[in-house]
Amino acid sequence: MAAASPGSSPIGRIQSAARRCRPRPYSALGLATHALRSHRGWARALPDDEPRAGYAAVIVGAGGHGLAAAYYLARDHGLSNIAVVDRGYLGGGNITRNTAIVRSNYFLPERREFAQMALAEWEHLSTDLNFNIMFSQHGILNLGHSDAQLADFARRANAMAVAGVESELLTVDQIAKLVPRLDLSASARHPVVGGLFQPRAGTIRHDAVAWGYARAAGALGVDIIQHCDVEGIRTSGGRVSGLETSRGLIATDTVVLAASAGTTGLARMVDLRLPVENHLLQAAVSEPLAPIMNQIVTHGLLNFYVSQTDKGELLMGGNIDGFNSQNSRGGLAPMEEVARACLSLFPSLGRVRLLRTWGGVVDMSMDGSPIVSHTPIAGLMVNTGWCYGGFKATPAVGIVLAEMIATGTTPTVAQPFSLDRFHTGRVVPEEGHGPKPWKYH
Amino acid sequence: MSQTHRAAHGGALIDRDVPLRFSFNGKRFVGYRGDTLAAALLANGVHVVGRSLKYRRPRGIFTAGPDEPNAIVTVGEGARRTPNLKATEVLIRNGLVATSQRGWPSVDFDVGALTAVLRPFLPAGFYYKTFMRPRQLWPLVEGVLRRAAASGRLSPVADPDRYDKRHLHCDVLVIGAGPAGLAAAAAAADSGVRVVLAESEPQLGGCLLDGEIIIDGDSSRAWIDANRGRLQTAENATILTDTTVFGGYGHNRFGAVQHLHDRPTVQRYWQIQAGRVVFATGALERPLLFANNDRPGVMLASAAQRYARRFGVQPGRRAVVVTNNDSTASAVVALRETGVEIVAVFDTRATGALGDPTAFSAAGVRGVKVNGRGRVKGVTVRTTSGRRDVDCDLVCVSGGWTPTVHLHSGTGGRTWFDARWGAFVPDPTTDGSSASAGACAGTVGVASAIAHGATAGDPNSDPPSPVVTGDLDDVTPGPTMIAPKRGHVFVDLSTDVDVHAVEVAVGEGYDGVQHVKRYTTMGMGPDQGKSANVNGAAVIAELSGRSLAEMGTTTYRPPYVPITLGALAARESGTRIAALRMTPMHDWHTAHDAVMMPSALWSRPRYFAAHGADVVTAATAEARNVRDNVGLADVSTLGKIELRGPDVGVLLDLVYTNRFSTLAVGKARYGVMLRDDGYVMDDGTTSRLDADRWLLTTTTGNAEAVLQHLESCHQVLRPDLDLAMASVTDQWAVVSLAGPNSRAVLAGFLDGADVSSDEVPFMGVRDFDLGGVIVRVTRVSFPGELGFEVAVPADYGLAMWERLMKIGEPWAIIPYGLEAMDYLRIEKGHLVVGMDIDGRVSPYDVGLGGMCSTTKDFIGRRSLEMPVFADQDRQKLVGFMAAHRDPMIVAGAQLVADAFDGTPQPSHGRVTSSAFSPVLDRPIALGLLVGGTDRIGARLHAASPITGDQVEVEVVSPHFYDPSGQRQRA
Amino acid sequence: MLRLPCPHCGQRDVTEFTYGGDASACRPDTITPVDDQRWAGYLFMRTDSVSDHVEYWHHTFGCRSWVRAQRNTGTNEVMAAVLARSDRRST
Repeated sequence: MAAASPGSSPIGRIQSAARRCRPRPYSALGLATHALRSHRGWARALPDDEPRAGYAAVIVGAGGHGLAAAYYLARDHGLSNIAVVDRGYLGGGNITRNTAIVRSNYFLPERREFAQMALAEWEHLSTDLNFNIMFSQHGILNLGHSDAQLADFARRANAMAVAGVESELLTVDQIAKLVPRLDLSASARHPVVGGLFQPRAGTIRHDAVAWGYARAAGALGVDIIQHCDVEGIRTSGGRVSGLETSRGLIATDTVVLAASAGTTGLARMVDLRLPVENHLLQAAVSEPLAPIMNQIVTHGLLNFYVSQTDKGELLMGGNIDGFNSQNSRGGLAPMEEVARACLSLFPSLGRVRLLRTWGGVVDMSMDGSPIVSHTPIAGLMVNTGWCYGGFKATPAVGIVLAEMIATGTTPTVAQPFSLDRFHTGRVVPEEGHGPKPWKYH
Repeated sequence: MSQTHRAAHGGALIDRDVPLRFSFNGKRFVGYRGDTLAAALLANGVHVVGRSLKYRRPRGIFTAGPDEPNAIVTVGEGARRTPNLKATEVLIRNGLVATSQRGWPSVDFDVGALTAVLRPFLPAGFYYKTFMRPRQLWPLVEGVLRRAAASGRLSPVADPDRYDKRHLHCDVLVIGAGPAGLAAAAAAADSGVRVVLAESEPQLGGCLLDGEIIIDGDSSRAWIDANRGRLQTAENATILTDTTVFGGYGHNRFGAVQHLHDRPTVQRYWQIQAGRVVFATGALERPLLFANNDRPGVMLASAAQRYARRFGVQPGRRAVVVTNNDSTASAVVALRETGVEIVAVFDTRATGALGDPTAFSAAGVRGVKVNGRGRVKGVTVRTTSGRRDVDCDLVCVSGGWTPTVHLHSGTGGRTWFDARWGAFVPDPTTDGSSASAGACAGTVGVASAIAHGATAGDPNSDPPSPVVTGDLDDVTPGPTMIAPKRGHVFVDLSTDVDVHAVEVAVGEGYDGVQHVKRYTTMGMGPDQGKSANVNGAAVIAELSGRSLAEMGTTTYRPPYVPITLGALAARESGTRIAALRMTPMHDWHTAHDAVMMPSALWSRPRYFAAHGADVVTAATAEARNVRDNVGLADVSTLGKIELRGPDVGVLLDLVYTNRFSTLAVGKARYGVMLRDDGYVMDDGTTSRLDADRWLLTTTTGNAEAVLQHLESCHQVLRPDLDLAMASVTDQWAVVSLAGPNSRAVLAGFLDGADVSSDEVPFMGVRDFDLGGVIVRVTRVSFPGELGFEVAVPADYGLAMWERLMKIGEPWAIIPYGLEAMDYLRIEKGHLVVGMDIDGRVSPYDVGLGGMCSTTKDFIGRRSLEMPVFADQDRQKLVGFMAAHRDPMIVAGAQLVADAFDGTPQPSHGRVTSSAFSPVLDRPIALGLLVGGTDRIGARLHAASPITGDQVEVEVVSPHFYDPSGQRQRA
Repeated sequence: MLRLPCPHCGQRDVTEFTYGGDASACRPDTITPVDDQRWAGYLFMRTDSVSDHVEYWHHTFGCRSWVRAQRNTGTNEVMAAVLARSDRRST
């Protein structure tokens, strides 16, 4: 386009000042000052660094988990000679494709403790990062459709309660007050007979998490290297010695693979087979609507969940497409199922139109729980298998990975999630349907 | 004053004989049949139709199609009120009621616009930078934001309209019925293959409806009619108008939504499976970037042309054209023929091919600013020769054209940046499964579209290019950004993102297309950036010193246009979301006041209301009657798989932990099957009916999963085995007849046949003949009493039930439901898959270790050797008993050492199922406890804080009743 | 929509099938000793290859055959499909 030719530019060009980001803290005064300068002088928030020859540690994957790990490494362990590399742009993977739900209502204590740790961090993360991640704690409501299911909810809620995690069983009347649009008639095919509500759950502006961590990590000296594809992992004497990348060799003796769907492929470079396979999960948003609900609502029998964003869009999703996939273009059938489930709960939404659907390739583990673990190769760690639950754990993953990198040990909270559980059989089966990520019809 | 802006003549699509009344924002107007709402509003001189998202600036109709960013309206009333429709796509009808979605008290005067003074303080990304502390602040701000962003208001009532769904298969699917698509469909039809032509508008023709061109000596209308005629008469062609193909889903499966007019069904969702697909989706015009380019009265030149040609509407009286390419010449002609004065034509190119000597024209335009706060009043234009002010009420803009590559890209096709378009055009696919033709393929002009289309429709054809007069042969754009350095220059009208916002984002390091999109929301609005994305990328490229080719595009995500949840769900929501399975005796149950409950997809009696006022009372009575007399339960829902062949026993030995190949003919055996990871999958009894005929039963919920598992074990692991299997669940009606009187009732039922232990021993199976009907009797008993499962072909189920009830009357028979069955089996310590067995227990955990053969392989065997199953802290099955009749033990309660007072405690296990035992007259339960039966006699608290229940329990054996099994063997 | 060539029924929509997962590993005969490593490799470890994923499908709403297919999980191109029962592999 002719207008893009230099020299004749009518709108000017931003001088590529230091790519390194040295942000000043955001404040009300800062906003006012910048307003007087038409906001043209804001410091660069997102780092975009050139790779150096070597680092103390390299994290592969500049998503929420990788960026969080870098931030906590620099903040809590004083280690800033580290890099986060990504084959795309930072925050461009599943951190930006998920439906931004944060909760800790797990049945198994191992999962719950991890999620609780994350939840506590989420609650003060905006101030930690000096970046508003817009945590909206309106709660999650799991609908129950039979007495048997309510008993199952009671089982989960009681397990949570004796461990000190709060939730409530709601009656149909209470649900009617909370989400008036729900079809609560007894004649429904899957009538709502009650619900499990975790008030502390909520949603977060997911992009802000990646940006906030990237900005804060960059300010602490971490290099974030985008468009840098890892092509090989070098080892020497059973220990990692470096990464071969599209932007040259990077020497390091510590590598964390935190690349969600890319992790199995990276692990294959060192002949490491993982109990993980990649599946596609789709989500959709509707056109914006005036507020109709504040909570996240989930169907108890069909895989369906919906929440409403601050912009008014209904954000909804369902089940994984159900077969191995590295293709982010999903099928029609899962979206039809989402529409059916949505209308069976909310019959007044038939005229609502879906604006955008998308898919994210998720790394599904064989017990439904994550793998945060050292590997048989010294200095190589994997963080994968987060299934569809990776987002909510982000700050806890960051803290745990940082400690693993800095100390070479595994913190207690992460010990149940080591790789060797698949050899001892001590799996963490939150779903309990066997070593496969999909369910029978 | 009506239709002040309707020209006296013209308007190819409207029927001036059929005036239609409609209202907009409470005012009444008249339009003609064929008008879109946008056309009818313009005909009535209405330009301001909405307010912008952030700055609340007045906005007008900007386009004439699905790319409309401004004219978003709510249409209809009551339950049929539909928000977020584009006025450019809504056809008017008599009585149509439409309203704007933003602006209070009105779109012309919006109080919200006062917030514009805050604009300097609300830069792109503002909310990321503030409201962080105190923590309580954000929720308050969020509440305000949620309400402020509110636009489309939806009826709270269930949508009364119907949607349906159909499938269509064809050899060639042609998407778009402009010149390329029509030519493609006609050529494909001529070649004899099955063709589907899908067009989103109500009529065929596409851009040909907007021009006055001559094709091979005939008018473009004649050319459209000729091709439509060919397709309508061809038996192998199907035309779908009003049908938008919204996405491709791999292997040439496409989703489409058709709008149906004046029918009970309002939309039809199509799934179209095509052998080949021809994309003929055309191109969309881009805006130009200059100051106040969002004012009502600024409109795409092609849209103005369309309103003039199709609807005979004057979008203004005095028009200025601002362009950067040759395509606006036809708009000038069309507007002038409709009576619009063309005041001036400005071209951003240094040497514009203006082609219009009658209007003032200037090239090399450097800056444009629109004047007027509401409707456009004029423009101030800076050219090489100085500044010029022109009065006008319409500014027609063209920033070049963007091929509509959404479907091509959305199905995996690649694109490349073509400077002749200033946009991305498709790379031809190589496998022949799809082709793009016409403007969406990057070819310019009608002649090449027709030639290109015909070849795409039938690759074996090579028709000569038609001779077209008045054709366009170049759309190469000049400069797009003709903004003064400062001013409100909008990149995305839909989300109110201006150049300044992009500049702020890029300055902060959000400098990729995806980062800008997410940081500013550019391209995320109701039009999904159809008009904004290319210009937005150009602005980022400009700001960051890169080329547009380097920037790439954002991902094209379906749907191409928004699609209703109603259409996607079609008729399969509501009560039809899942099948409801009913047993042959269902109607009897409901006629006898059974309280039904779901069990997988089935509906089953939980208890019979006649037996007690509440579930516990009724079920206790039913259970007690089984123990004392005889009860009848409908167990038809249990999965039944018949296996035949000499090797069935070998397969069952592999599937079950225990051995089946040794089972004698006429006997049944209880079996447990594991998953290969060692956890219990399912259980049930299997009978050997003949030497090579077996009947296997599964739990209700696992019927299909077990069948698939058996098929897998056979076909994948042991295809050498000679056997076959099929589900016979629906072929049989089965009852459980249990209790001390059951034998007498059964004998009566079988007309006095011998059903003694000699003939039908415990775990024996025998077929009887009752009046020519086979009656299969299996002596098994889930309740732990003397009992029989009696099966007849499903059609005789009700007759069997009624006969048993009648014959059983003197024996005090009553039916019992699932609740009583639960009480009875819990007393016996029988487990239920799905409750006590939840996919996380091994056979050793639940006392079934003795059933695991050590002399043969079976699925799951090797896993049981894994260290985990020998762990000391595994939770194992025990029974629990409360000391008093009240309160009940809650299923799902946690087992803790001390009474739970809110202080977190370690969990020792949990209650998996509970009952009130009629026999023991006390609450009892089964559960999983660390230490298992080693802890019999210990006292624990079954705490259910979630329900507010807590009870002290004693750990006991899980076999509460008749542990030696005397009664069932009687 | 992914379409699979059932060797018995022909080209059918994926919605007629139930997925059976990675078919690259054979189930070891467990009557002879199998070490933990090998068993875990079969039970839990996955190949997850992109270019030539070998996997099982069950034609649930069709002929109820188990099918072993080879598919590119990036493009969804199906390169081969055979009936599992016609192609028993050694364990």
